[in-house]
Amino acid sequence: MTQQTIALEVFRYRPEQEHEPTFQTYEVPLRKDWVVLDALNYIKDEIDGTLTFRWSCRMGVCGSCGMMINGTPVLTCAAFLETYQPGPVRIEPLANFPVVRDLVILMSDFMEKLGRVKPWIMTDKEKPVAEGEYLQTPTQLADFKQYSMCINCMLCYSACPVYGLEPDFIGPAAIALAQRYNLDSRDEGNAERMEVLSQDDGIWQCTLVGECSAVCPKAVDPAGAIQRYKVASTNDWWRSKLMPWGK
Amino acid sequence: MSRPGPKQHPMSHATRYRKYHPKLYRTRMPIFWWVRRWTHVRFITRELTSVFVAFYAIELLFLLWTLTLGQEAYDDFLAWLQTPLALALNTIAFLMILYHSITWFNLAPKALVVRVGEVRIPPVAIAGLNYAGWVVLSAALAWFILSA
Repeated sequence: MTQQTIALEVFRYRPEQEHEPTFQTYEVPLRKDWVVLDALNYIKDEIDGTLTFRWSCRMGVCGSCGMMINGTPVLTCAAFLETYQPGPVRIEPLANFPVVRDLVILMSDFMEKLGRVKPWIMTDKEKPVAEGEYLQTPTQLADFKQYSMCINCMLCYSACPVYGLEPDFIGPAAIALAQRYNLDSRDEGNAERMEVLSQDDGIWQCTLVGECSAVCPKAVDPAGAIQRYKVASTNDWWRSKLMPWGK
Repeated sequence: MSRPGPKQHPMSHATRYRKYHPKLYRTRMPIFWWVRRWTHVRFITRELTSVFVAFYAIELLFLLWTLTLGQEAYDDFLAWLQTPLALALNTIAFLMILYHSITWFNLAPKALVVRVGEVRIPPVAIAGLNYAGWVVLSAALAWFILSA
């Protein structure tokens, strides 16, 4: 019995050879237990060793293997080939990012923005170790846990038309991660982050398309994080106007 | 001794690939980027409904303004509201405002996370309260207008 196959139309960009990208079609075995990443690795190992793409954990944790499959940003390690029958399956690098080669995008912009929102616990004064741990109740943990699930896979940036049109926008994941620390009972960096995120390229750029939350593989809901941030920012503004003496 | 550099192409003005200086490929979003996906069409429609909200507000203000001009002006405007053009415009505006209200009420739980003690009020309840407020206000207005 001959094995069933499926066609993959893969985006190729070889900057040392060509100015414009092209699509190359590969026939790969259609195996029930294969995800798209397995098919790409099959191409790399058996058909064309020059194909370039990022991957690492192959279990939805590292966030490296995000690509556009038939126009939607997904983790290729979580996308079963079978669901794309009868094919062909179009595979492109994540949208809205510059392409370095084939399916590899340049992520420097995201890394810079991530640092700008200071995604770490900030305290005005650190507690001496002798005073013990910073305790947290389950309710306090529940406040931010959802946002801490972000794996920096950048699918949300790829799905966000605002980021595509206005590349200065700080973007969904960075804002969700800022919110992760703002809502942490141990953190005191809210005001400092608000300085960054209430600027023109911050939360107010978001028009709530909602696609970032739809494509998030970890149900982080960055769109929700941004809207909550807008409410907090508005409350801050009113408080500063109505009670200018209070901090 | 100089190190061997990349191969030169003296007659070409195109950007050349140099090692460690990647020649990036960038795309620009087309103006009609939103027609490709159904969710984007729905989003753009939602944004456009704001125009009809403004239309209703202006129409109401205009009605109030005609009141200050006297009975005749007011009656003229009421007569215009009965014309097929005004009826068609208002029907479209009404449908758009319905879409506007429903989509935004459904999105309200994204922005409002309310806790009562330890318990978070479920998103459905937040949206439900918005709908309930809408129904109560609409009923109150209808009662006020119809009983006048």
